[in-house]
Amino acid sequence: MCADPKVLEGLSWFACYLTTPKHFQFYLSFLTVLALIFITAPFTLLLGFAGALATRSRFLPLRWIGTAYTSMVRGVPDIVFFLFVPIALDQVLEYARHRVLCPEVTDPVYRGNDFVVCAIAKLPLNSAPQWTHEIYGFALAIVAFSVVFGAFAANTIHGALSAVPREQLETARAFGLNERQTFRRIHLPQMWVYALPGLSNVWMILIKATPLLFLLGITDIVYWARELGGTKTSFFEYPHSDWRLWYFLVLLVFYLGLTSVSEKVFAALRRRVSRGQAVIGEIAEALR
Amino acid sequence: MICGQALASYGFRSIGLGERALPRADIAVCEQIVLIGSGVIWNLYLAALAVVMGFFFATALAVAKNTANPWYRKPAAWFIFVFRGSPLFIQFFFAYEAFVLLPRAGIDIPLGIATITAETGWLTKAWLGALIVLFLNTSAYSAEIFYGALRAVPSGEIEAANAFGMSGFSRFRRIIWPTLLRLAWPSYTNEAIFLFHATTLVFFSGFPAWRQQGDALYYASYFAQRTFNPFVPYPIAAIYFIACTILIILLFGAINRRLNRHIDPEFRARLRFRPQFMR
Repeated sequence: MCADPKVLEGLSWFACYLTTPKHFQFYLSFLTVLALIFITAPFTLLLGFAGALATRSRFLPLRWIGTAYTSMVRGVPDIVFFLFVPIALDQVLEYARHRVLCPEVTDPVYRGNDFVVCAIAKLPLNSAPQWTHEIYGFALAIVAFSVVFGAFAANTIHGALSAVPREQLETARAFGLNERQTFRRIHLPQMWVYALPGLSNVWMILIKATPLLFLLGITDIVYWARELGGTKTSFFEYPHSDWRLWYFLVLLVFYLGLTSVSEKVFAALRRRVSRGQAVIGEIAEALR
Repeated sequence: MICGQALASYGFRSIGLGERALPRADIAVCEQIVLIGSGVIWNLYLAALAVVMGFFFATALAVAKNTANPWYRKPAAWFIFVFRGSPLFIQFFFAYEAFVLLPRAGIDIPLGIATITAETGWLTKAWLGALIVLFLNTSAYSAEIFYGALRAVPSGEIEAANAFGMSGFSRFRRIIWPTLLRLAWPSYTNEAIFLFHATTLVFFSGFPAWRQQGDALYYASYFAQRTFNPFVPYPIAAIYFIACTILIILLFGAINRRLNRHIDPEFRARLRFRPQFMR
């Protein structure tokens, strides 16, 4: 039916237009966005915990590292990190491989306006298939996102750990629980109710930062919206004028749906963790 | 003087003064420091105007969202939902595409005797188009903060105002508004900081940098691409942003002290880092 798009009209033209292979790649890229969110979230939580615990550590250098990590997102825009972390990490890895794999090369790696490592130190290798390059780029993006949102989460978790009433912990110690047990059985479970509003915030920021994948050179929904929406002359199979506005409208609606569904899920979760604690919803709300 | 040469050539490059061509080969650290610093002018310009104008619009939106009349409440609530629920990055792209579709020649606005021709071409430029998006965006976020504060104004204060025979605008202006600001200010400080940070998105999201006049991050990424060394330009940009963030905190802290000058220091709300539902 879609063999000759020139003769199609109206609804059938649109049906064929929206099912071209390129459009399926566009639809699949929505999954890329969701994949990024769901892969990044656990790492974010992990780094958040690491950062918060480091900030509270009794070992001074560790505390410095934790404080520096949690403070870094306060003063510097996250986009700076998104641009910096992938390329910096890539160069650090390539430099390390360069040192190990070709020790005979002694020239500096920064030569003029270029970064030169020997061919076998490249990541991924020039001979590698295209999909390795894509996976590598995606992995670097995940690291960048995790580092930045881990810092946001660390702020939240640190605040939540301090918000648990002191009496609770003192009572636990009075009952003979040691430090580790107090943390695992009393401190951590009670922390969630204070952390959840903040963590839901971090989740929202994470969702709303995903279009930045485009800046990292990944073919995500923004890339396809620009690609497919741009003016197509009669040279193309499906000629149309500049439709980027409508494609971006679709993205806008997609994100609005994503954030409002998340909001509902977090509201339910908040009710769940507040059960059995002497904290009314209003207070948890006010703390965020 | 340190960096004197670079300062003379590139000190105001971001607003079109000085040397025309950007440094290409043999880029000195001085040139990076000066040029990225000149880009900060853009960030400050966009953030300052958007926050100042957004402040008033946000107040109106918050009041509208709090009224019982659905003709005011619904549009305000939807406006806030759309701008807070979607990424700023997409908003920039969307607005840019919409501005591009406007007739290029300008729109004639008949005003009885004279006709004003609105320059639609300006809307596709960052200085106006991006400013409008940032203004609407910060209005939505601030309105939600103000709305929350408005609902937290103690009912006793309103009852006292009623007892004094105040109503309508004078009650709002003299009683509700000062308390609202006092309650909202710590969150509003965060909003101002993050709006300032969000200005870095402008030149990465559709709006072209006309004659390579861009913001701090635009120049930082230019240098990173030129020299293939991200370890110099990005930290320079980061230091500028930290410095500006500290300035914002000092400024808003001073305002906070003024708003709270009649309150016992023990009970004052402290400024805290809380990324509230950010973009």
